[in-house]
Amino acid sequence: MAEATRPLPSLKELDTRPFWEATKGKQLRYQKCDACGTVVWHPRGHCTGCTNGTLSWHTASGNGTLYSYSVVRQSYHPFFRTLVPYAIAWVDLDEGPRVLSNIVGVGDPTTDLACGQRVKLTWEEHEELSIPLFTPA
Amino acid sequence: MSQTRDAAIVGIHEYPSRDVEGELSPLQIKAQSAARALEDAGLNWRDVDAVYDAGEGGPMSGLTIAEYFGLKPNVIDTTNVGGSSYEYHAAHARRDIAQGKARVALLTYGSTAHSNMARIGVGGRGGLGVQPGDNMESFVGMTLVANYAMAARRHMYEYGTTSEQLAEISVATRLHAMRNPQAVKAMEDLEFLNIRETTIEDVVNSRMIADPLHLLECCMISDGGGAVVIAAPEVAKDCAKTPVWILGTGEATKYPENGGDITTSAAAQSAPQAFGEAGVTPTEIDIAMIYDSFSITVLALLEDLGFCPKGEGGSWVEGGRLRFDRPDDGPALNTDGGGLSSNHPGMRGIFLLIEAARQLRGESTSQVTDAKLAVAHGNGGMLGSRHCAGTVILGRD
Repeated sequence: MAEATRPLPSLKELDTRPFWEATKGKQLRYQKCDACGTVVWHPRGHCTGCTNGTLSWHTASGNGTLYSYSVVRQSYHPFFRTLVPYAIAWVDLDEGPRVLSNIVGVGDPTTDLACGQRVKLTWEEHEELSIPLFTPA
Repeated sequence: MSQTRDAAIVGIHEYPSRDVEGELSPLQIKAQSAARALEDAGLNWRDVDAVYDAGEGGPMSGLTIAEYFGLKPNVIDTTNVGGSSYEYHAAHARRDIAQGKARVALLTYGSTAHSNMARIGVGGRGGLGVQPGDNMESFVGMTLVANYAMAARRHMYEYGTTSEQLAEISVATRLHAMRNPQAVKAMEDLEFLNIRETTIEDVVNSRMIADPLHLLECCMISDGGGAVVIAAPEVAKDCAKTPVWILGTGEATKYPENGGDITTSAAAQSAPQAFGEAGVTPTEIDIAMIYDSFSITVLALLEDLGFCPKGEGGSWVEGGRLRFDRPDDGPALNTDGGGLSSNHPGMRGIFLLIEAARQLRGESTSQVTDAKLAVAHGNGGMLGSRHCAGTVILGRD
């Protein structure tokens, strides 16, 4: 049996496809409305702040703050069970989007993480896209 | 606002077994529960003219259960908002009855999550997301427990809430479970270790599942089901049991937002609707049936329902305040033993209505003396990301 791998996003989902296509070039992109300035996340086709705005793509700096996290100790998933304990986190990007990701490159995630700490983007490369992960800044 | 008595819970049944060993289907559990609940009300299948269903019958479940039960309902409502579905069904049944579209509404639930070995909490739901939100999140290895744990972690960070305070919820609930023979049997059948009253130390020393949530802060995965019959006043007056009136209801959604607050749930929106409609305040509530998927769910919901200010839930629950035998200190919590220690087959919302009705009838195994008002609050979906809230205020004459 092949080794279990991280479940990857679909490149066919219409709202999020442009985001994932840009990750191949290691760009973390988000949408902002040209008319009302609303930062829209997750990606989608319309502005949630106004009814006639046009969303433009912007590239995030990759810097952010850890809003909250948990360290998974038990998983029955064939891939993630090999990773325990691993950290899942909500990260507030400096540009506004609150993204869900993993915090990697931490000695012991059960003791070395804290809400409010600064984190920065790191990429996990795959064939057709890259996965945005975060590590302590 | 004057209180209305448009519809009442007149029949209830909680399916007794939490492990059917693969020998019963969800539809069979629903039908058996429906028959017992109708019997409890002194009604029959032919009296039912409205069905409410969260979809265990698959696509077009309203049609499936109508045929399976042998009913010809005038109202079919298949709202599915996860574990809060039954609070929505109660709200919609009351509305439909008040409008004269129905006289007797039947709500049913059946699940074989335990027999199916559905490791709901720790499944590492990777999956292939088809919704755009899922497609941005499915790569992280989220588990249900970790989702709620992130709400707990943020609550601790912002308000200084401790694991010991969260453990109060598990301890009070287990106390109530040990008084409920069905809950004790459930824990035996599901092979719980050390089936006894627990202490705060027991909870915080139990195995960590997803920081900061420990094993004894997580609900069980059982089989089970139940049914609720809701009827118009002219039907209720001739039913076998004391009517339990639906006095107010509220519904709301919550989902991830930039800069949002995950310590506050959709209950902050649904509760004011329900309490306002009922014309009562949280201080008047005797029984709090609050969806206890995890300890943090209850803590956040107690705050959002208005029992204490946001952030003060930790200190508010200290000292055994939620026990059934402390009525002067506020509501008794989950007096059946809750999802933590009695019954959680995946969508627990129906049991919140059932135990609230038992209390207001005087039939609970942890009966609060002279209980008059109850709140049932369902949280469907995930507290730490996206969920629905359904609040129902119940009272007796």
